[in-house]
Amino acid sequence: MAKDEEDLTALRQRKTCLISENKRTLHTPLPEAQSNRLENEDDKQASNGTSCWTERSITPPGAQPPNTILVLLVLGLSFATRFYKLAEPPHICWDETHFGKMGSYYINRTFFFDVHPPLGKILIGLAGYMTGYDGTFPFVKPGDKYGHHNYWGMRGFCAALGSSLPVFAYFIVLELSHSNSAALIAAALLIFDTGSITISQYILLDPILMFFIMGAVLSMVKFNQQKSRPFCASWWLWLLLTGVNLSGAIGVKFVGLFVILLVGLNTAGDLWALLGDLQLSLVDVAKHLLARVTGLILLPLLLYVTVFAVHFAVLNKSGPGDGFFSSAFQSRLIGNNLHNASMPKYLAYGSTITVKNLRIAGGYLHSHWHLYPEGVGAKQQQVTAYLHKDYNNLWLVHKPDDGQDHPKTPELVRHGDIVRLEHKETTRNLHSHLQEAPMTRKHFQVTGYGINGSGDSNDLWRLEVCGGRRGDPVKVLRSKVRLLHVATGCVLYSSGKTLPKWGWEQVEVTCSPYLKETPNSQWNIEDHINPKLPNISLSVLKPHFLEILLESHIVMIRGNSGLKPKDSEINSRPWHWPINYQGLRFSGVNETEYRVYLLGNPVTWWLNLACLGLYAVMVAVASIALQRDVHLSQKRREHCWVLMRGGGQLVLGWLLHYAPFYTMGRILYYHHYFPAMLFSSMLTGLTLDTLLHSADLFLSPPRADWLLRLGQVALLFSVLYSFYIFHPLSYGMRGPLAHEPGSAMAGLKWMDSWEF
Amino acid sequence: MLGLSSLKFPPVVKTEINLVLVLVTVLGFWTRLRNLSYPRAVVFDEVYYGQFVSLYMKRVFFVDESGPPLGHMILAFGAYLGGFDGNFPWNRIGAEYPSSMSVWGLRLLPAVCGALCVPLAYLLQLELGSSHYAALGASLLILMENSLIVQSRFMLLESVLIFFQLLSFFSYWRFYNASNSCSRYLWLIVAASSCAGAVGVKYVGVFTYLLLLGIASVHTWQLIGQRAVSHVMFVECGCRVVCLVVLPVLLYVFCFYVHLTVLRHSGPHDQLMSSAFQASLEGGLSRITRGQPLEVAYGSQVTLRSSASQTIPCWLHSHKANYPIRYEDGRGSSHQQQVTCYPFKDVNNWWIIKDPGRQELVVNTPPRPVRHGDVIQLLHGMTSRFLNSHDVAAPMSPHAQEVSGYIDFNVSMVMQNLWRVDISNREAESEVWKTIVSDVRLVHVNTSAALKLSGGTLPEWGFGQLEVVADRVSRAHHSSLVWNVEEHRYGTSHEQKEREVELHSPTHIDVHPNISFLSKFIELQRKMLTVKQEESEHKYSSCPLEWISMTTNIVYWLHHSTNAQIHLIGNLVSWGMANLSLAAYQLLALWYLLRRRRAIRDITEASWCQFQRVGVVCVGGWLVNFLPFFLMENTLFLYHYLPAYTFLLQLLPAVLEHAHTHLLSGKSQHRAGCVSAFAGLCSVYLCYKSFSPLTYGSPELSANQLQALRWQPSWDILYRRP
Repeated sequence: MAKDEEDLTALRQRKTCLISENKRTLHTPLPEAQSNRLENEDDKQASNGTSCWTERSITPPGAQPPNTILVLLVLGLSFATRFYKLAEPPHICWDETHFGKMGSYYINRTFFFDVHPPLGKILIGLAGYMTGYDGTFPFVKPGDKYGHHNYWGMRGFCAALGSSLPVFAYFIVLELSHSNSAALIAAALLIFDTGSITISQYILLDPILMFFIMGAVLSMVKFNQQKSRPFCASWWLWLLLTGVNLSGAIGVKFVGLFVILLVGLNTAGDLWALLGDLQLSLVDVAKHLLARVTGLILLPLLLYVTVFAVHFAVLNKSGPGDGFFSSAFQSRLIGNNLHNASMPKYLAYGSTITVKNLRIAGGYLHSHWHLYPEGVGAKQQQVTAYLHKDYNNLWLVHKPDDGQDHPKTPELVRHGDIVRLEHKETTRNLHSHLQEAPMTRKHFQVTGYGINGSGDSNDLWRLEVCGGRRGDPVKVLRSKVRLLHVATGCVLYSSGKTLPKWGWEQVEVTCSPYLKETPNSQWNIEDHINPKLPNISLSVLKPHFLEILLESHIVMIRGNSGLKPKDSEINSRPWHWPINYQGLRFSGVNETEYRVYLLGNPVTWWLNLACLGLYAVMVAVASIALQRDVHLSQKRREHCWVLMRGGGQLVLGWLLHYAPFYTMGRILYYHHYFPAMLFSSMLTGLTLDTLLHSADLFLSPPRADWLLRLGQVALLFSVLYSFYIFHPLSYGMRGPLAHEPGSAMAGLKWMDSWEF
Repeated sequence: MLGLSSLKFPPVVKTEINLVLVLVTVLGFWTRLRNLSYPRAVVFDEVYYGQFVSLYMKRVFFVDESGPPLGHMILAFGAYLGGFDGNFPWNRIGAEYPSSMSVWGLRLLPAVCGALCVPLAYLLQLELGSSHYAALGASLLILMENSLIVQSRFMLLESVLIFFQLLSFFSYWRFYNASNSCSRYLWLIVAASSCAGAVGVKYVGVFTYLLLLGIASVHTWQLIGQRAVSHVMFVECGCRVVCLVVLPVLLYVFCFYVHLTVLRHSGPHDQLMSSAFQASLEGGLSRITRGQPLEVAYGSQVTLRSSASQTIPCWLHSHKANYPIRYEDGRGSSHQQQVTCYPFKDVNNWWIIKDPGRQELVVNTPPRPVRHGDVIQLLHGMTSRFLNSHDVAAPMSPHAQEVSGYIDFNVSMVMQNLWRVDISNREAESEVWKTIVSDVRLVHVNTSAALKLSGGTLPEWGFGQLEVVADRVSRAHHSSLVWNVEEHRYGTSHEQKEREVELHSPTHIDVHPNISFLSKFIELQRKMLTVKQEESEHKYSSCPLEWISMTTNIVYWLHHSTNAQIHLIGNLVSWGMANLSLAAYQLLALWYLLRRRRAIRDITEASWCQFQRVGVVCVGGWLVNFLPFFLMENTLFLYHYLPAYTFLLQLLPAVLEHAHTHLLSGKSQHRAGCVSAFAGLCSVYLCYKSFSPLTYGSPELSANQLQALRWQPSWDILYRRP
C-alpha cells in the first residue's frame, strides 16, 4: 500500500511530463526523490543544449511514429476531394461576393471597410494577383457568372489551405494519442466531411482561418513534445511557429482569439508546472517565461501590426470605406476630397459644411425628410449621425437673425458666437427641446424644425472651440467644436446607439445635459464650401500609424457588434450547429439551377456529437478510477492519461470555439461552427480509438482484437459510404429537389430543416 | 448553541446564548423595521411589484418576464397577511396609499429578510473559520450599509434574494463542518431549499447556486479521493447529489405549481399564451370556448390563430380591400383581395371550412370531421372569397407566394384554392382536426407551399396588418407555419345574410381542454425566458462598471412638497474599504500561490485552507453575482449590484483578521491594527449616520445640507429651490 501511494505521488508530481516518462516511472517504480533527480538530469542535459542533436530517439517508446504511407494517403485524398470540381460552379457563390470583392480591392488598391482584420483578404488578393486575376470583376451579387475572369486561382488557394486541415488533424491526434489508428480516424472524418469540403472550395475566409487555427494547435502540441529539451532549435522552431500561426488566425478573423485563448491556457498551465518544479531555479523559470512572452505575445503582436501596416500601405486610394473613418484618416487616401484638400481655412457665415463627430467611427450630422415616429419625443424631423457621405449631411451656417442674403465679404464665425444651422436639403433648423431623446433617455431630443430658415429660439446654438478663447476663429478640420443649445444649455451629442428601423439604423444624435468634454460631444467641420472665400490648401495633420491602427480596430468592433440579426430573418442558433440542424445555401435555389449546399456529412457530425457524450462518460470513469486508485494495468493507465490530457486539450478547444457564440449578440451563421467541428472530429478519433482498444475489458483477447478490427472497418466504411451518398451536396446537383423522387438526393432529406 | 441533554428525568434544556449575536439581530431588526410604513406612498419599483401583488390578491394570471414567481409570491403573502385586497391602481411612483391599506404588511417580509441578513453574516463568517471579532465586523458592516437598508425597507426583492444566498452558503458550510451525523443532512436540505429560493426569486440566483454546486462537487471529489473510506461513500455522494440537484429543481417547479394554482383567472397577459393554456384559465378564452365543438367538421366556422412565436397573437384575416396593382418597388400584384393576420378579435377573422366536392356551407348531422390529409377550401365568412394562393410574389417577402381572397378578373388567373390539412401533432393528439389542441399546417395543393406568417408588416395600403404568405415547407416545426382553431362553431345558416348575423354573434358550446401542469409549466417558463423586454433606458439606469465606485444613485422617493427624499446610496466608506480589501485579497492570494508553488509555506496549512474558503465564498460570490451583468442586455440599476456587494463586504473583516494574525507582528503593530480597524468602523458609522436622512426619508434636510451630501459629483440629489 505504502509503495503504491509513493508510486502515485510520483505520478501526480509528473502529470505534466511526457507519457513516455510516466511509463518509465511506472515500469520501475522509483522513489520520488530518485525520479526527480532523473528528471533533473534530463533538464540539465537539455538546458546546455547538447542533447538536441544526440542520437536519442525523439519518439517516446510505445508511441507510433507517423506512418509515411498513411500521411501520403491522407494528403492525397484530402487534396483530391478538395480540388475535384473546384471551378464549378463558374459563378459567385454566397460570400464570395464579399471576399472576392475585397481581394479585388487590394489588387486595385482601393480603401474599403470590413469587420474582419485584413490578413485573409490580403492573402486572397495576393493569390488572385499571382494567378493572373486582374481585379476587374465587380463581384456584384451571388450568381453572377465569372466569364473570362480568372477566379480559380483564389479558389485554389483556399482549397489548398483547406486540404491541409486533415493532415494537421492527423499529426495533432497522433501527437496526443500516440496511435496511428486514432489519427487516421480523425483525418478520415475530416476528409470525407461534405461540409469541410464545401467550405474549402470557395473564396472564403474560413479555410484560411482554420488553416491557422490548426497550424497553431499542431505547433503547440509539437512544442509540448519538446518539453524535455528546452531552448534547443526545434523547441524554438515550434514555439515561434505557434506564434506565427496565432497571429495568422487573429489576423483573418477575430474568432482567432479563441485559439489564442487555448494556447494561452496551455502555456499558463505549462509555466505553472515549471514553477512547481523545484529543481528548476527561478532564473530558469524566468527564462521560460520570457521565451514564451517573446514567442507567443510579442512576435504575434508584431506580425499582426505588420499585417495592418501592409493593409494601410497597399490601400491608398479612396474607396467605399472612407466615411467610417475620421477626417484625418481620410486625408491619407488618394482621391478623397480631403487628400491634399483645399478649402477656406476659417469657418464663415453662409458656408455649406459637413459636421463630423469626433468619436471614433462617429458619423456626420445628418437629417432627412422623415419624422420621428409617434411616441418618440416630438413628431419633428429626424436628426441622426450617418457614416456615409451623402448630400443630406450638408448644413448651412447662419447668424441667428439673418435671412438668406449675406454681405459680400463673409464674416467669420468665432468662439462663443450664436449660430443657427440649417439643413441644406430640407431647410429645417437644427433644433432641440425638453423632450426625451429616443434611446438615451437622460438626454434631450434633437430635431429638424422650422422651414426656410424660420424657426424659434430653440434653434440657436452657441459654438465653442475646445480650448479656445472669445473671438478665436474656427479652423476647418482642426478645431474641435462643441455646439451648446442656448435655451436649455445642453450640448450636441452623438451617443453611438443605433436607432431602430424607423431611423434607418443610423446613429442617434441627442442633446446632452452633462457638459463633460468627451469626443461624443465634440465635432469638427469637415467639408467647407464658401465660394466667396479663397481656398487654401490644407495639409491636414497626418495621423500616426498607431492612431490609425486603434481607430480601425474600434471601427471594426463597432461594425461587428452592429451586425444584429434582423427581425424578419430566421437566425441560426448555436444549438443548431452540432446537430447539423440546417446548412447554408451556397448556390442555387430552384430545380434548374446548379445547387451547392453547405452541410456537414450527417453521419460524421452525429458521430461527433455522440462521441462528445461518450467522451464525457469515459473520462468520468477514468478519473474516478484514478482518484479511487483502482488497480489498473499499464495499458489502461495510459489510456486514462490519453483521454484526460490529450482529450482534455481537444475538448477545451471545442468549448472555446463553440461556447462563446452563445453570448454573442451579433448575427450567427452555420459556418461559425466549423473550427469547433475540427476539434470535435479530432476528439472523436481519439475517443473511438481508445474505446475500441479497451474492448478487452469485456472480451477475451482474440475476440477483442477482432472487435477492434471490425469496429475500425465499420467506421471507415460508414464514413466512406455516407460521403458517397451525400457528395452531391458539395460537388453540386441539378434537377429536382430532394423531396421529389427523381432527385439525386431522394430519400436523403433526413431532417426536414435541410433545404436541398 | 442549543444542546439537548440526553433523555433523563426531569428533561433539562441547556442553552447557550451568544449575546453579541442577539444584539446584532436586534439592531438589524431595529434598523430595518423602524417606522416601516413611512413614507405612505409608492416608492420606486413598488409600483412594478405592486401590480403583481394586486393580481395575486385577485388571483388573476399574469406573465412577468423579469423573474420566477417565488419573489412575487412572498411579497403577495406579506400583503395577504396585512389584509391587502388588491385594490390599488399602482400607476405612478409617489402616489399616496389610502389610510385603510396596511403598508406595514406590504413591506414586512422583505424587511425581515433584510434584518436576518445581519445575524446570517455573523454566522457565515464563523463557519468560514473566522473569529467572533471578524464575524461581528461582518455583521456590523451589513447592519450599517445604507443601500441594503433602503432596499430592505420597501416592497422589493433584493433583500429576499440576499437572504437566501447567505442562508444557502451558511447552511452548506454548517453541513460541511459538522461532524459525521445524520442531522447534518438537515443543513444540506436547508442549503438546497434556499438555493431553490434564490433562483425562485430572481434568475441571477442561479449563479450563486452554481457556485455552491461547484464548491460541493470539489468537496465530493475529495471525498471520493479518500481511499481510506470504503466504497460505501458512493451512497453519501448520491445523497448529496439528490439533495443539491434534485431537490432544488423540485422546489423550483413546486413554486410554479403554487403560482399556477393560485392564479386561475384570466388576465392581461393571456394572449401571450397558447390557446390551450388560455382555455385552462377561468373567464378568459375558456368563457369564449366553453361549449365549442371539439372536432372541426366540414361547414365549421372557425378563427385561425397563428402559433408563431411572437409576442402579439394574430388571427387569419381578410377584408374588402385588394392588393395594390403595383407596389412601391415596381413589382405587380394580383390585385385580388388582401389576406392578412390581424392582432385583434374581429368578425373578419371568421372562415368557413368547405368540402371542395360539395356546395353547402352547413354542418351535416352527424358532422363529418376533417382529418389529417384531407383537402379543404376556406371561405371567408364576411366577403365569401376563397383563400387562394398562386405564383405571384408576396408583397413584402418576394421570395414567397402571395395569398389572396380570390377574385376572378377574367385575366386567365385560375383559382387555386385547395388546401391540404396537415396536423403536425397528430401523433400526440389525434388524426382528427380538433379545436385549440391541433397544430395545423395548411399546405397549398397546387404548389405545395404552406400558409405562413412571414413576420413582415404591410404598409399603409394593408392597414399595418401582418403579412401572410405561402412559402415552401422548409422546416417541419417552424411555428410560423402552424395555425390552430381558436373559436369554433358549427355553421347552420344557408344564406349569406343569415351567416353574417351568425358570425357576429358570440360562440357557445362545450369542451374542457385539459392541459397538464407540466406542459403549462414548460410553456410558461419558456415564455418568461423568451419574451423580450422592451429595451429602454431609464433615467437612473447605470452600467456595471459604475457600481464598483458607486458613481450612480437612484432617487427612490421624493416628498411631494418638502425636501424629504429617499435614495439608494450605499455607505461610501465601507464601499471603498470593501474594494480595497478585494485588491488586498487578490494580491495576497497571488503572493501565497506563487510562494507555495515554490514550496515556501508562509502560513500554516490550516490558515491557508481558511484563506481559500473565505476567498471562494466572498470573492467567488462577488464574481458570480457581478460578472454576468456584463453580458446582459436589459436595463441595469445600482441595486443589481447589492447581492455581489454583500459578499464583498464579508471579505473585509476576514482580510483584516488575516492581516492581524499573519502579517502584523509585535504588540505595537497589533495594537495599531486594532485601532485602525476600530477607526474604520467608526467612520463607517459616521457615514451611515450622515446618509440616514436619505435612507429613511426623514428628517427633512435643507438644500444646503443636501448639497453637502453630494459626495460624488455624479450623484443626482434633488432639492427644491426655496
